[in-house]
Amino acid sequence: MGKVVYIFGNDISTDAIYPGRYMATVLPTETPQFCFADYTELNKKLNSKEYPVGSVLIGGNNFGCGSSREQAASTILGHGIVVIAKDYARIFLQNAINLGLNLITCPDIEADLDDEVEVVGDKVVNKTKGKEFSTIPLPAARMVIVEAGGLVAYTRKKVIAKYAK
Amino acid sequence: MGMTIVEKILARATGNKSVKPGDVLEPAVDVAMSHENAALVINQFDEVFKGTGIEPKIWDPSKIAIIFDHRVPAESSKTATNQKKIRNFVKKFGITKFHDIRSDRGGICHQILAENGYVKPGDVVVGTDSHTTTHGAFGAFAFGIGATEMASVWSLGTVLNVEVPETIKVVVNGKLRDNVYPKDLILYIIGKLSAKGANFKVIEFHGEAIRNMPMSGRLVLSNMSVEAGATAGIIPGDEETELYLRVEGVHNSITPVLPDEDAKYCQVLEIDANAFEPQIACPHTVDNVKPISEVKDVKVDQIVIGSCTNGRLDDLEIAAEILKGKKVAEDTRMLIFPASWEIYKMAMHQGLLNTFTEAGAIIMNPGCGCCLGIHQGAIGDGEVALSTTNRNFKGRMGNPKGDVYLCSPAVAAMSAVTGFITAPTKGVN
Repeated sequence: MGKVVYIFGNDISTDAIYPGRYMATVLPTETPQFCFADYTELNKKLNSKEYPVGSVLIGGNNFGCGSSREQAASTILGHGIVVIAKDYARIFLQNAINLGLNLITCPDIEADLDDEVEVVGDKVVNKTKGKEFSTIPLPAARMVIVEAGGLVAYTRKKVIAKYAK
Repeated sequence: MGMTIVEKILARATGNKSVKPGDVLEPAVDVAMSHENAALVINQFDEVFKGTGIEPKIWDPSKIAIIFDHRVPAESSKTATNQKKIRNFVKKFGITKFHDIRSDRGGICHQILAENGYVKPGDVVVGTDSHTTTHGAFGAFAFGIGATEMASVWSLGTVLNVEVPETIKVVVNGKLRDNVYPKDLILYIIGKLSAKGANFKVIEFHGEAIRNMPMSGRLVLSNMSVEAGATAGIIPGDEETELYLRVEGVHNSITPVLPDEDAKYCQVLEIDANAFEPQIACPHTVDNVKPISEVKDVKVDQIVIGSCTNGRLDDLEIAAEILKGKKVAEDTRMLIFPASWEIYKMAMHQGLLNTFTEAGAIIMNPGCGCCLGIHQGAIGDGEVALSTTNRNFKGRMGNPKGDVYLCSPAVAAMSAVTGFITAPTKGVN
């Protein structure tokens, strides 16, 4: 369970999540410091660990649109925060899956700042409002990548099988 | 049942007779492109092999293209070190389609792929860049992926777990008006579809206006398809595709992949090419599109012509025709980034660069940096940029306190002269 710490509108681009000027920093261990760097307050609080693991960011439609930069997924992953959005842009969603970042798709989500929110099974429960919202699960083809622990682990198995032949 | 172009390509790439939307496939890759983010791909590639006891091996070095374009020449020691790491990797694995920071083969990755004839109709192309959609202009299925996914492609030669996307058919009838260009058309279409209207789907472009459009314009349409969320934007191959590729030195057989007559589309959008004037994408989303007559009194601090969208020779020719004998407005600065060194040199020979410098514009070296605010051409607080690039997100041109408007090269050049967003008028010169 976590508290809602930020609410975004629609079409939040990967430029907003991880501004281009930090793209020379590529390693997943180094990207978290620039998470939402242009949202100065949010970035400061993330970096000072003011938000505990499991804190929630709420997004609208088309979250993660634009550039394919994978840093936009690794930067969020590094903070252990949960993203619940109405839907996601394709490449960002795939990058998140590949890195093992579990994005929650919840088309009807209602939440305000500081609401206590929990993901239970295929529902998002907003405890503060006493309401439940259905989530859309990942397609099976993507779920197997998450279950393998991300694409590196999934590919590794395939590579071993390929060269064992 | 009939198949769309992407369905046919994916059937071929997986050895299936037919496929349908929703099928999960592992298509073989024909071209795998990266730019400086190959540094992250290399990192993830090494991770894949870690602990396996298997020597890291690339499935086919001849199918990998790596082009330096995002920060050229390097703006920082960090970038330079990444570029060095990539160069070493390229040498070690024998990657031949490598385009370093050189004026005899360099440029923006999507232009380099096009002008070297690396992509042919029917190919499966992946790139660690969202504008990889550009290559749909050759009738290929070309889409952007992340770095870890590319590491998987380098290892296996296939893309894992691809769901066959549905297709939206966009039919553009008739002829574009004077002063209206492919850039205006794609902005108009994005305005109609919205920024997420084609998410997880492929756009197929058809109609008279597309068939009569040169490759340079088709590349613009496919390039910006991703701004409507599309996985890919595909244009059926025809004589123009073949002619372009032959000129770029392709000798192999070229066989266009065409949709079946009874192919199934999830949506059909009919556009009258003659129905609209030049379009402007206003801050801060690409689908915030308005006809230029509704964008009044916008003073411009910086004009940019360039990028994988609109930095081609004909874009520069259009701009030069407008700027000839004129001056860039006193309070405006103008930056021109030819999309490749090939284009740079052609523009030089044609005297276009002289026209630009006499007008007061700055000629930059080919590269992406300004478009995404990572290398030169940043805008100041409260400043306005008018650009032929592809994105106007907040912070895109290096400053979240600035505004970016998107337009065609003709609007950019005209506005450079007036200092305000201004519609081009034929005969004004």
